[in-house]
Amino acid sequence: MAIVTPENRGLRLVVRYTVLTIIAVIFCFPLVFMIMSSFKPSQQLLTDTGSLRAFLPVGDLSFDNYIEAFARAPIGLFVFNSMFVTGTTVILTLLICSMTAFSFVYLKWRGRGLVLSIILATLIVPFETIVIPLLLLASKLPWLGLHGIEWGWLNSYRVQIIPFVADGLTIFLFVQYFKDLPGELIEAARVEGASWPQIYRRIVMPLSGPVMATAAILKFLAMYNSYLWPLMVVQKEQYRPVMVGLQYFFQLNIAWGEIMAYLSLITVPVLAFYLLLQRAFIASIASTGVKG
Amino acid sequence: MASKLTQSNRAGWLFALPGFGLMVVFIILPFFFAISLSFTNQRLISPNPTEWVGLANYRQLLGMGMITLDAVTDESGQIVRDDTGAPTYPRLREYTRNNPDYPHLDGMKQWFSFGRGGEARTFVLARDLVFLTAVKNTVVFVLVVAPVQGGLALVLALLINQKLRGINIYRTIYFMPVVVSIVVVSLLWRFIYDGNNGLLNNILDFLSFGYFEPVNWLGNPKTAFGSIIGMSIWQAVGFHMVIWLSGLQTISPTLYEAAEIEGSSKWQTFRYVTWPGLRNTAILVLIVITMQAFGLFAQIDVMTNGGPLDSTQTIVFQAVERGYGKQDISGGSAISVLLFLIVLSISLFQRWLTRERT
Repeated sequence: MAIVTPENRGLRLVVRYTVLTIIAVIFCFPLVFMIMSSFKPSQQLLTDTGSLRAFLPVGDLSFDNYIEAFARAPIGLFVFNSMFVTGTTVILTLLICSMTAFSFVYLKWRGRGLVLSIILATLIVPFETIVIPLLLLASKLPWLGLHGIEWGWLNSYRVQIIPFVADGLTIFLFVQYFKDLPGELIEAARVEGASWPQIYRRIVMPLSGPVMATAAILKFLAMYNSYLWPLMVVQKEQYRPVMVGLQYFFQLNIAWGEIMAYLSLITVPVLAFYLLLQRAFIASIASTGVKG
Repeated sequence: MASKLTQSNRAGWLFALPGFGLMVVFIILPFFFAISLSFTNQRLISPNPTEWVGLANYRQLLGMGMITLDAVTDESGQIVRDDTGAPTYPRLREYTRNNPDYPHLDGMKQWFSFGRGGEARTFVLARDLVFLTAVKNTVVFVLVVAPVQGGLALVLALLINQKLRGINIYRTIYFMPVVVSIVVVSLLWRFIYDGNNGLLNNILDFLSFGYFEPVNWLGNPKTAFGSIIGMSIWQAVGFHMVIWLSGLQTISPTLYEAAEIEGSSKWQTFRYVTWPGLRNTAILVLIVITMQAFGLFAQIDVMTNGGPLDSTQTIVFQAVERGYGKQDISGGSAISVLLFLIVLSISLFQRWLTRERT
């Protein structure tokens, strides 16, 4: 190795930080542009895009875009819909996928190997390849509602939630995690006469914090940001999530200031959540790769 | 004794059933539906009963034909040439419109043509040009994005893996676009690619001291798809950086110490210590990018709608446009089946490429 003198060590540090910072700028600039623009009148926003002013809080700043965006679209409703669909799906996914994984790892039953390999095989079926027949299926499924049996799931919360509750990746993550838990604990509990539901609830679940965080974050991102499916199955305003609600802003006269305000409204909370829990977010992506 | 303790058919099935049942209904069933629907004329809503149509949907999508034509000659046997001196050929329409001698070419359009020596020319015709363009674009997208995004992600991971103060801040920033919806990102990048006052044009103008001619990046068939590729790489590269990083951290530090003692250069260390240790990660990254890349849809829907001149059509965009937009469930299903076959063969091919060599 070359001899490192104090000066060229300092120089190398400067070079390294400069490279890292330039790359960082490349990754943040559209988001900075979005937030800054949300405070500018549409006219100024469009002329500012040509210069560095696009990234600076300069000119005529106000909350007008936000006020007008709220006047134009039922944003509160869209945010509630997204939160409700995302939250419910995350909770159901954690419950149902962990149960399935629990039975694969701790219980011996006939057909177990076959069922597990079928579940893992679904990992190579991209969602996009089943989306069209799923649309047909969703338009015909029955549902027991307040007024007896209804046919068709389109325009509802359930059509946005139930198809996404069980997925191969989440089950896989739980299986990997459960395999590393000490088996003696479970055996000891069996000897003491604990039932399987008790073992699941009292022993395994309390130890599963890390994998639950991972699975919850992955599901949260996928659900909150989902676009293709709600675009197809939700036409009624009442059930529309935030990403599809964006269409409101492209009718008649497009006001870019309002669009930027809307984008900021639906993105900044997720970014804040991410910055707060960034370690967990990054660990959750990393864990999908560790054993793959 | 242990086996007796855990042997439990009833409890096992009860625990597994909710998850497995939902997967059967919402993933496995639709998958087989796609296959069977693709042989019918099913529509989302239709007064007529559904009928089996055999391979008609596939014939419509993949129908191709070839015809070799001689250049047009005048009475003296001279080849008729156009203004640029190129030979002219009979109009293809005469062969593809109700020509009883060429029933297999009926309704096709020219895809491309090539010379055949002399003045004869072979014309390749296709029944569904838009779909074939979509397949071509999707394959190009995968072939570009997989190595470029994977490679850039590895470079970023190596940068982030340095022991520097504050490195976590950079990691957090590089990953940031991943948590933002692709719909939001696509909308923002429309400003960057804008033809009049877009950021990219202004930057290039500045860097070239005003010599750069502004380009309408998304409005020009030559640049639109490349622009979408660039943005897509930017958006998800942080995701794969994190997967590479977790791979890098599984490599034992003692290997690096040994390399240092042996006096190996940085490149040698990478070549003989780091890269072999990343083998499994590399396969995973490749497979994940490929799977994600085949699903290309939201960017197209938000940025170009498949245009201009179909230059940004993709397979999934076509499946949605037909299956949902035109309510042609069977046509959309046939596209989905073809997409699955392409994904499957590519992942088998990747398996074979990255197989353990003994």
